[in-house]
Parts: sequence; structure tokens; C-alpha cells
Amino acid sequence: MNGAVEIVSGALVVLGSLFVLAGGIGALRMPDFYTRIHGASLTDSLGPVLVLGGLMLQAGLSLVTIKLAAVLLFLMVTSPTASYALANAALLAGLRPAEMDATTRAGVINQEEDSA
Amino acid sequence: MLLIAAIAILVTMALALARALLGPSVYDRVLAVNMFGTKTVLLIAVMAFAMGRTDFLDLALAYALINFIGVLAVLWFSHQHHLRNQSHSGTESGDEHSGDRQP
Repeated sequence: MNGAVEIVSGALVVLGSLFVLAGGIGALRMPDFYTRIHGASLTDSLGPVLVLGGLMLQAGLSLVTIKLAAVLLFLMVTSPTASYALANAALLAGLRPAEMDATTRAGVINQEEDSA
Repeated sequence: MLLIAAIAILVTMALALARALLGPSVYDRVLAVNMFGTKTVLLIAVMAFAMGRTDFLDLALAYALINFIGVLAVLWFSHQHHLRNQSHSGTESGDEHSGDRQP
């Protein structure tokens, strides 16, 4: 019983850290800011869930679990918010996605003029 | 297990630092710093368990708070800078609050 929980917890932590590593590689290697934020923010959502979930299994039912849940809840709220604010600020500052076809570009520019 | 996770998170932090140094625009750097902060939180949590000192989780929580506020502050500063430059060059578009963009 205890051994099984240990194994599942370790597997979750390692899987989550692999997701985190994939996000880091994506943020370094992607060609464009918006593709970079795509890789970074998506893995920022799943990586902490797996890592902190695995640690929660390891901690059992105690105050430590509650602290881990608080950290997880806070990361779940703030990480997408920060990514959204970052992409919104970049778009409003005039940073354009690198390769965009003509119709999409016209749609984005029209939307921007409407909101301005 | 925890050691593998800690090493993977450390490698990711190094990659994020490389992106922060290379990044062509300010936003790439902010993205990399935000990533670095999130990975610091994870690293603190993992190392707390690896060292058996779970008091470190309080530090992780505080770090998550500071990271989020810091990113928003840098974005606000960048936005103000942008607006000031626009009004200096005389082409002010007049959107003070850029938050909600409903179509």
C-alpha cells in the first residue's frame, strides 16, 4: 500500500518535471513570441499540477498537504492571468505574430481599431 | 525521483534564463522571468521534500505571490512607458485601460 503510493507519487513528480522541461525547451526554441508564450503557459498549467499533486500524495493528510494545495491553487489562478496580461500587453504594444495570412491580419487590425 | 525532478526543473530554469538573455523584445524577457519564478516555486517545493524540511513551503507560497505581482508591475511599467512615448511622438491613440477587448 505504502510502496504503491510512493511509486505513483514519484511517477507523477517525474512526469510533471518532464512537462516543465518541455515547456522550457519550447520557450527557448520556438520562433516567435506568441508561440513561445503558448508553450510556456500551457506547460505552466499542467506541470505544477502533476508535481505538486505527486508531492501531496507523498505528504499524506496533514498541514503540508494544505500548504501544497494553497500553492497549487495560487499558481492555477495567477499563471494563466499573467500569460494573458503578457500576451495582451504585447499585442497592444504592436508586436505582431510572425507568420500570419492576410485575412487574419486584417481581422486583428480591425478589432484593434474598434477597441481603440 | 525527487532528484530527477529537481534536476529537470533546474535545467528548465537555465533554459528560461537563456531566453531572458536572448529575448529580442521586452515581452520575451518578462515571459522568461515569469517562467523562472514559477519554476522556482516548484523547485522550492521539491527540495523541501527532498531535504525533509517542509517548512520551506511557506517560502514557495510567498515566492508565488511576489512573482505574480512583479510580472504585473513590469507590464504596467512597460505600458506606461509605451503610452508616454506615444504621447511624445504625437500619435496618442487614447486607450488608457487596455484590459477588456470585447468584440
